[in-house]
Amino acid sequence: MSVLVYTESENGAFKKTAYEVASYAKGIADMLGTDVAAISFNATDAGELGTYGVSKLHNVKEAKLDKFNAGAYADAIAQAAKAEDAKVIVISSSADSKYLGSLLSVHLDAGYVSNVVALPSSADPFTVKRSVFTNKAFSNTQISTDRKLVGLSKNAYGLKENPTDCTVVDFAPSFNDDDFKVEVQSVDKATDKVTIADAEVVVSAGRGMKGPENWAMIEELADVLGAATACSKPVSDMGWRPHGEHVGQTGKPVASNLYIAIGISGAIQHLAGINSSKVKVVINTDPEAPFFKAADYGVVGDAFEVVPALIEKLKAFKAANA
Amino acid sequence: MKILVCISHVPDTTSKINFTDDNTQFDTNGVQFVINPNDEFGLTRAMWFKEKQNASVDVVTVGGAEVEPTLRKALAIGADQAIRVDTPAVDGYAVAKELADVVKNGGYDLVIAGRESIDYNGGMVPGMVAAMTGSSFVNTCISLEIDGDTATATREIDGGKETVKASLPLVIGGQKGLVEESDLRIPNMRGIMMARKKPLDVKAPVGASTETSTVSFEKPAPKGEVTLVDADNLDKLIDLLHNEAKAI
Ligand SMILES: Cc1cc2nc3c(=O)[nH]c(=O)nc-3n(C[C@H](O)[C@H](O)[C@H](O)COP(=O)(O)OP(=O)(O)OC[C@H]3O[C@@H](n4cnc5c(N)ncnc54)[C@H](O)[C@@H]3O)c2cc1C
Repeated sequence: MSVLVYTESENGAFKKTAYEVASYAKGIADMLGTDVAAISFNATDAGELGTYGVSKLHNVKEAKLDKFNAGAYADAIAQAAKAEDAKVIVISSSADSKYLGSLLSVHLDAGYVSNVVALPSSADPFTVKRSVFTNKAFSNTQISTDRKLVGLSKNAYGLKENPTDCTVVDFAPSFNDDDFKVEVQSVDKATDKVTIADAEVVVSAGRGMKGPENWAMIEELADVLGAATACSKPVSDMGWRPHGEHVGQTGKPVASNLYIAIGISGAIQHLAGINSSKVKVVINTDPEAPFFKAADYGVVGDAFEVVPALIEKLKAFKAANA
Repeated sequence: MKILVCISHVPDTTSKINFTDDNTQFDTNGVQFVINPNDEFGLTRAMWFKEKQNASVDVVTVGGAEVEPTLRKALAIGADQAIRVDTPAVDGYAVAKELADVVKNGGYDLVIAGRESIDYNGGMVPGMVAAMTGSSFVNTCISLEIDGDTATATREIDGGKETVKASLPLVIGGQKGLVEESDLRIPNMRGIMMARKKPLDVKAPVGASTETSTVSFEKPAPKGEVTLVDADNLDKLIDLLHNEAKAI
């Protein structure tokens, strides 16, 4: 019996979420007095999994699974959970893991709780805290099934080192035709850009930018900070920016370390999407903008003056701290 | 083609979130309920299939009598008939079980659900319904075409999008992008009048068990005051972000 964790990888290398869920799973394993086993698809080695407490990696080597496939991944993870007799399975709350989570939950008859933000407050009854109402509240939720599936929110637990020897074993689950019912035809992904989901820093701008032609300075600021760019809903509705950048209740959630909001008023629907970001900075001409109530740091000023000046200052800061 | 749109009845996006009964119940006092925004995009896409490809569109909600105005709104937008499974929606699994039963008995080719509902944000129901009914499943779906018994869908992935092909029966978890915001329909007078005559079938639940339950709710700790920095003193901001917040 161990805690099983699904560790996401891309082109063979583990993503940061993999180390996060591993760290968290180790926390649960310690509560239960057991070890952490991981499952991954086409990982090229165990990476840092051992550092974060994983003692065994079941690596599925299967060319057909180079691209993410929710059906087949869920089937394989379920088989690994049974092989390990895992009572607790931990996945991320990334878009991909959420996609396969509900399938996995049915395969395993495992009660599933997503968007979990902390270690269980109790192992028996198994009780976890998850965010609800788009981060406006938390629910302490009990899972009553024998097997439990926990989806950990990004950036909620952090990385915790627990050096362990990690052995890699090949794992060969059996697949059936149903696993491949959804077939990927093409992927369109900007590979050189930090994505909102993975970014440590997000630079976001709203209708206060007046028009799409003014986004160059937003991108430059993001560049200097190694940040992803995002926007408010009206900005994507008007087609100034792509839909995928829209942050908020009906858009993407952001859980970055730093969120810089420029020319965004801070409507409740926007704030709902960024509540779990750690440090929030607001730049707005209107001192009454609601965003100032949600922010840690604020500058009352015109974005067209503040942002270029901030870019120059940050460049100097980076050069001095390089 | 028979389409079922799953509608979640949720507090509108501006609702203040409060709890009663020693933080064990959501306080519905003064809260306006609406069609879940992600489902609204799906419902509008279903209307497109109805008009362009002659599909029939049913809507379904699991919940008590209080969800009926939300179902009536979906009827006013153009759905042909509504189904209410008469049991409170207490956990994602139980809701999915009830919906799966409706899907199996109704012989639907396409089930459109929202990526997540904006109250509990679990994002579990569509995938569970797919797994329980043996259907294909595409999540975070931002475009959908059906040709015969094959669907071509685009889904949002981190940092981009992906186009997939899937066979029917299919369940999707939809979201903004399925249709443009400007195409969302608002019920008009005629639709509202017609909705009164459309069937709203109240179905007894299969009585699914639950797998999870909320023991208590909590609100986030109140936030401290914002630290304002003068626009002429951005060095101060950088200093605070570096030394105090450790964010850069
Ligand atoms: C069902 C529903 C769901 C929604 N979901 C979302 C969502 O997910 N995400 C979302 O963002 N919104 C959402 N909204 C919309 C939300 O209510 C607001 O309308 C939106 O967030 C406002 O965007 P904004 O701040 O960019 O624009 P505005 O409200 O127009 O604000 C622009 C801000 O820019 C400031 N400004 C103007 N000029 C300058 C300048 N030169 N320099 C600096 N500041 C300047 C202004 O003072 C103002 O505060 C939703 C609404 C509904 C009804």
